[in-house]
Amino acid sequence: MAKQVRQLDRVIIRFAGDSGDGMQLTGDRFTQESAGFGNDLATLPNFPAEIRAPQGTLPGVSSFQVHFADHDILTPGDAPDVLVAMNPAALRANLGDLPKGATIIVDTHDFTKRNLTKAGYTENPLENDDLAEFAVHPVDLTGMTVEGVKEFGLSRKDAARAKNMFALGLLSWMYGRPTDSTIRFLERRFAKVPEIRDANITAFKTGWNFGETTEAFIVQYEIKPAPMAPGTYRNITGNLALAYGLIASGVQSGLPVFLGSYPITPASDILHELSKHKGFGVTTFQAEDEIAGIGAAIGAAFAGRLGVTTTSGPGIALKGESIGLAVMTELPLLVVNVQRGGPSTGLPTKTEQSDLLQAMFGRNGEAPVPIVAPQSPGDCFDAALEAARIAITYRTPVMLLSDGYLANGSEPWQIPDVDQLPAIDPAFATATNGTDDKGEDVFLPYLRDGETLARPWAIPGTPGLEHRIGGLEKGEGHGNISYDPANHDLMVRTRQAKVDRIADSLPPLEVDDPSGSARVLVLGWGSTYGPIGAGVRRVRRAGYHVAQVHLRHLNPFPQDLGDILRRYDRVLVPEMNLGQLSMLLRAKYLVDVVGYNHVRGLPLKAAELAEAIGELVAAAEGVEVDLVPTSGGAR
Amino acid sequence: MSTTELPFPGQTGGTLGVPTTDQPQTGKEFTSDQEVRWCPGCGDYAVLKAVQGFLPELGLRRENIVFVSGIGCSSRFPYYLDTYGMHSIHGRAPAIATGLATAREDLSVFVVTGDGDALSIGGNHLIHALRRNVNMTILLFNNRIYGLTKGQYSPTSETGKVTKSTPMGSVDHPFNPVSLALGAEGSFVARTIDSDRKHLTSVLAAAAAHRGTSFVEIYQNCPIFNDGAFDAIKDRDTKEDAIIPLVHGEPIRFGVGGDKGLVRTPGGGVEAALVADVGEDALLVHDAHHEDPSTAFAISRLTDSGYLNQSPIGIFRQVERATYDDQARGQIHAATEAAPGTPTDRLAGLIGGGDTWTVV
Repeated sequence: MAKQVRQLDRVIIRFAGDSGDGMQLTGDRFTQESAGFGNDLATLPNFPAEIRAPQGTLPGVSSFQVHFADHDILTPGDAPDVLVAMNPAALRANLGDLPKGATIIVDTHDFTKRNLTKAGYTENPLENDDLAEFAVHPVDLTGMTVEGVKEFGLSRKDAARAKNMFALGLLSWMYGRPTDSTIRFLERRFAKVPEIRDANITAFKTGWNFGETTEAFIVQYEIKPAPMAPGTYRNITGNLALAYGLIASGVQSGLPVFLGSYPITPASDILHELSKHKGFGVTTFQAEDEIAGIGAAIGAAFAGRLGVTTTSGPGIALKGESIGLAVMTELPLLVVNVQRGGPSTGLPTKTEQSDLLQAMFGRNGEAPVPIVAPQSPGDCFDAALEAARIAITYRTPVMLLSDGYLANGSEPWQIPDVDQLPAIDPAFATATNGTDDKGEDVFLPYLRDGETLARPWAIPGTPGLEHRIGGLEKGEGHGNISYDPANHDLMVRTRQAKVDRIADSLPPLEVDDPSGSARVLVLGWGSTYGPIGAGVRRVRRAGYHVAQVHLRHLNPFPQDLGDILRRYDRVLVPEMNLGQLSMLLRAKYLVDVVGYNHVRGLPLKAAELAEAIGELVAAAEGVEVDLVPTSGGAR
Repeated sequence: MSTTELPFPGQTGGTLGVPTTDQPQTGKEFTSDQEVRWCPGCGDYAVLKAVQGFLPELGLRRENIVFVSGIGCSSRFPYYLDTYGMHSIHGRAPAIATGLATAREDLSVFVVTGDGDALSIGGNHLIHALRRNVNMTILLFNNRIYGLTKGQYSPTSETGKVTKSTPMGSVDHPFNPVSLALGAEGSFVARTIDSDRKHLTSVLAAAAAHRGTSFVEIYQNCPIFNDGAFDAIKDRDTKEDAIIPLVHGEPIRFGVGGDKGLVRTPGGGVEAALVADVGEDALLVHDAHHEDPSTAFAISRLTDSGYLNQSPIGIFRQVERATYDDQARGQIHAATEAAPGTPTDRLAGLIGGGDTWTVV
């Protein structure tokens, strides 16, 4: 039968299987193929906290969603058009997310009575009409894989493990993906075990060929490359971009990076990545606990290094006292929080934005800490550089708030020109800066810069500048212990003023209000940038006006934020928490913002958010709002 | 024999890489302009004087010496020395010092801590510093009480101690800091006494000269909240029986006229015996360099855990072991040497690596 080729503008595929089925790898390879092909894309890995939950059960299901398109997209998509389910549990766990008419490709091999029972099925959904409203393709992926790789003499178990590559081959055929990069990848990855390498490559090719020859699949889809700004691109996850941003911060400041860190999901990949780059002078210290991680980073900062600590919310809770020490000693320090669902251990592998108030206030005393948040995976690179600029210039710890979605999600990233990256001057103190009452030259470690209020950074090894710092209150200027009431009042206010002055160095906010006549503003921060942008587009496509502003700096707020907020009748603040930015905005600007809050451990859904925006537009403008649904979910 | 005679093989490795000076230095140069604010009679004064007297002997440039402390009476120490210093937060000084010592080979790093700071809230950092063998010298001032918080029992207070928080007597079993340090893989473990300046100085010199984590427990009297805790080893009449002096390469003898000594027990332990009963040849010869810490540990167990009537004093153990910081810097050095081009070129190569595509 002749194969048809159908044009699509975008597709959302979700690969789902057991934790050990290699779904993350499969999704990642499909993503790389799509990136290399030139589609715009966004991804959403979703996996359990357990390394290997009991096989075949619902808690053990791991999935990877990739949204790719011939145009600029902002999110990994609300609902998949295609589900690849490697077992009954993967089918059952994901079925609820599928819209009517979605395609399901299912590996029939594991649809045994035992596995069906494990997944909670009393009868085989492939044999009744449970899936009637979907286009189901039952394929014995495992059986065909084992048959296809027979010649390599692997055990049945090892042979079956290549089934994810068969599935990848089939999907690669369906969507016309280039295959070279995956074959090269498999050659590299399994270079030391030739029979595994050959089995995987063969399974991948067999999957492709099966698509091309079988009559079960008669349609091949084509998604053209997306127009993008000229430049060189790569696909990148947030954690990788953040690690690169830290390395770049070291290069741009001339300060060797010192990372003190304790492993924690979802931040550990930054530790792993930085540990590979000792050639940049990067030291990675895997500490005995979270407190030692930041403690060593503070010690390194005192020694004149770019001190960094990486963690997630539970780690920040432990580091609180040490962050206070860095506030008091006024040393540059980067504190990276890759946020996850909380409280307590919470949802270690899921995303959330619920540590904003912890970042603002999670310390004893008046302990202001600047906060920077990236808005997309690739943006983690720039956000790290910005956090380093603030930390070094103002001699302060800076909180960099990423999250689990940014950390593991990926997007095409235009590789920046390193010659255009900002330089950061550590401006170490090298000479005395005052005189004592006898007229002798002395070093005053708390004498401040008139513009930034930053104190001098004098590092050990600098003769004549020997001084002591610590957690006790310092006398302004001389820096010796001071219990003087007026001095304490001055120092508390000065530390706050120093952080407030960072706002002087921030560019004006970008207000996205194309018509200029919007009465509703949607204001977000961090990883909600994608869903908010997609929701705003939907509302505009339906003919309504809405403005969007996204915050990178959460402390201090940019100077023009108050004016912008007051320019709009209603302000919607979508967050993956119960309204933490809303609380800060209300407190500071007395503006009655409206929260849109979900804490499901997943990114906000653009379609639902668009409805909420629509309701607010209706209320603000006194009109009926009908968002004509576009086919198949969010952009 | 006096505890102050401590012939010890010269090890110069501890300060290798730290810039030295030809200029003669005095204790005064190491004294900051800050008024010392410990209670009258506090043992900390004696240790401060000994340290200020000993630092010039190192011949290091003053700006390359860093003192880091935690929280507690003893942790005010850095303020009184005119070196670089950080008075940090409770228990964390070894972690902060690890960052300093690993980042900078050219710094001589000291940690000043107490029994509460190092063994209670900061116990984790202490044992991991010892395990890693980071090049630093840890001075643990052990007064067996919480002083700064006004008199609660500490992790080295004896069971049954009546304090503000234990009106019916403490039911906590105490740590033996030397045993703990030996168990934590310490490569240099010693004990000395605040009031014996000569011995204190000689131990400090050996500790600073040791490459790796040098752990020195200093018995220190708190005249306000635990006065007399060390009377038995300080009193002229009792100290010869109370102190068991450890001198590398010599038989371990103590008591009036050296009438007692340490011998091995059939079970592999160590106990005190009268020399007249066992004969001189049976006495244990102290070997601080023995790879196996078992005997050093057995000797450390002769410390009273209740009121202190007997305690071994001196260097229990000093062995060579690769340090964390030397090895960490070694890896970075090797990787940096192997990396071609300027950092900017390499950064461009790094971020532009992997699977890329170009849009024109």
